[in-house]
Amino acid sequence: MSRIESVFKKGHKALIGYITAGYPDIKATPRIAAALAESGCDIIELGIPFSDPLADGATIQKASFEALQRGVTPRICLDIAHKISSKVSVPLAFMSYYNPILNFGLEAFCTHCQKSGISGLIVPDLTPDEGQELENISKTHDLDLIYFLAPTSTAARIEEVAARARGFIYMVSLTGVTGARKSLPPELESFVKRVRQKAQQPLCVGFGISTPEQAKRVAATADGVIVGSRLIQLIDEDATLSSLRAFISILRKALDSCENNR
Amino acid sequence: MENRAMPDKKGYFGEYGGKFVPETLMPALDELEKAYTEALDDAAFHEEFKILCRDYIGRPTPLYCARQLTAKMGGATILLKREDLAHTGAHKINNALGQGLLAKRMGKKRIIAETGAGQHGVAVATVCAMLGLECIVYMGSKDIKRQASNVNRMKLTGAEVRPVNSGSRTLKDAINEAIRDWVSNVETTHYLLGSVVGPHAYPMIVRDFQAIIGREAIEQMLRQYLRLPDYLVACVGGGSNSIGLFHAFYDEKEVKFIGVEAAGQGLDTDKHSATLAKGKTGVLHGTKSYLLEDKNGQISETHSIAPGLDYPGVGPEHSFYKDSGRATYVSVNDAQALEGFKLLCETEGIIPALESSHAVYYAAHMAADLSPDKIIIVNLSGRGDKDLDIVNRALKI
Repeated sequence: MSRIESVFKKGHKALIGYITAGYPDIKATPRIAAALAESGCDIIELGIPFSDPLADGATIQKASFEALQRGVTPRICLDIAHKISSKVSVPLAFMSYYNPILNFGLEAFCTHCQKSGISGLIVPDLTPDEGQELENISKTHDLDLIYFLAPTSTAARIEEVAARARGFIYMVSLTGVTGARKSLPPELESFVKRVRQKAQQPLCVGFGISTPEQAKRVAATADGVIVGSRLIQLIDEDATLSSLRAFISILRKALDSCENNR
Repeated sequence: MENRAMPDKKGYFGEYGGKFVPETLMPALDELEKAYTEALDDAAFHEEFKILCRDYIGRPTPLYCARQLTAKMGGATILLKREDLAHTGAHKINNALGQGLLAKRMGKKRIIAETGAGQHGVAVATVCAMLGLECIVYMGSKDIKRQASNVNRMKLTGAEVRPVNSGSRTLKDAINEAIRDWVSNVETTHYLLGSVVGPHAYPMIVRDFQAIIGREAIEQMLRQYLRLPDYLVACVGGGSNSIGLFHAFYDEKEVKFIGVEAAGQGLDTDKHSATLAKGKTGVLHGTKSYLLEDKNGQISETHSIAPGLDYPGVGPEHSFYKDSGRATYVSVNDAQALEGFKLLCETEGIIPALESSHAVYYAAHMAADLSPDKIIIVNLSGRGDKDLDIVNRALKI
């Protein structure tokens, strides 16, 4: 069982928090990661900023842009990850678009990830159709390559991802880009059920989730919840991170209230 | 429309191409490929495309012998494939029409597109008006400013032009925004991509719809000159007009292909768009191809006086042509492109698009060094009315 898989033991509902590495600045990220872990996050998803984040909405686009302006590079992200993993015990996953990884070199990147305490890779523009090479290399470095499924995914694609995803399956709640939404689509539960019939992996739902009510609804059928843009907003609103801590604690409680009903 | 051995089933031209997009879009790409394959087998689809090419676009476009330009340069004969005379003033309409008909077949009523110079945007807006489809065009705010006349044309034909303020505010960022829209509205919307870039099957589909340029050129050459040309010269941004001219000649190995990229303010500066000259393999906008990026894999901001060439990527088929040696890629800078622009205006009374002016400049100077029995075809991919503001400012007219 990988470090990421072990989070889901005994029906524990996972809370996964996304933050952009180097936002609002390079020094702040380890502090923010520690706050996430202390207030109840089970996995931290650390975003490597990219110049052309085409799966991201306005909030994460802005965070990526500003991190790049501050000179954040994949190497700096690896340093940040190393700092976090030496202080914080929850597993870390990198979120990166494919080009920075390709540019780094797949083998070199995975080697460095392993040394820096990274346990998983989330690559939004890499599906199983193009993922075989990174899948093979990441496996030899104890990295889970986490694939996505979307409401548009066909039965054949669900089967393919179910056969190959490691760690968990990243379920995109809606057809769209990342970003807080007022409501989630009514088909969400049937989507999770459809995937559940084919997949053994834990199913974690992300995109658009920004309230404890939404988290609770998601966790009623899924195994975990991924929150991103809302966290970036809270970091912007309150640099002391008290709002962020309070929000994570509320989400934690919401998830704990629906544990073990899988 | 034609199919060849390439791309392969996964959408690769050699090691370039593929489908690097979010999962949400994968089923839509499969649907597009399936619809296109079915359309290829449908005689009625071909017939409708053919008739509209003739009656709406005004095809075939002439193959015009530029006698004054040829005489001035004193070498090889220069022929112009007059895509500037196609409806809306550029080759872009060939693909816009083909994909517009395809979208109708798929039952998609909402069309989105990106545009750089505005020529693709105008072509899509025009086709959507004719076919009764809703049209939204994403355009970088920098390009909106420098190609204002095309923005007006899009609005007149009923399109909504959405300004894009992120990144370099040019074509690359317009594509990002169009992809974000497509991810959000994929079930109702067809993304009418304008060049031979993007995830499979776009590079193939756009190429096939543009390949009519080369097929006509072969026919016209054989009829008018009883032989094939020695050289084909075309500008390369994403690479659709060049692939369109080159493709039908692929097996005619004695016909040499020359693609002209934008050297902007110089290849030794960071203000150019010469992807094949200066780039390395990377992934952008769903495809693996040559790419201008920094040492950390961030996409470079590019520059060209010609907005349609101002793009850090290039179609995967061009990357394959470069590596295999089938085509040679050269570059022409902003100042030289302006010279090419003036040269064609003054010798032939034809105002070329700044994009096409890159090809004109290169071909003219190449002709001077060749013997008079050689023939060069230049793809005059668009007309220059849209560029008068830029040119006036640059030449201080």
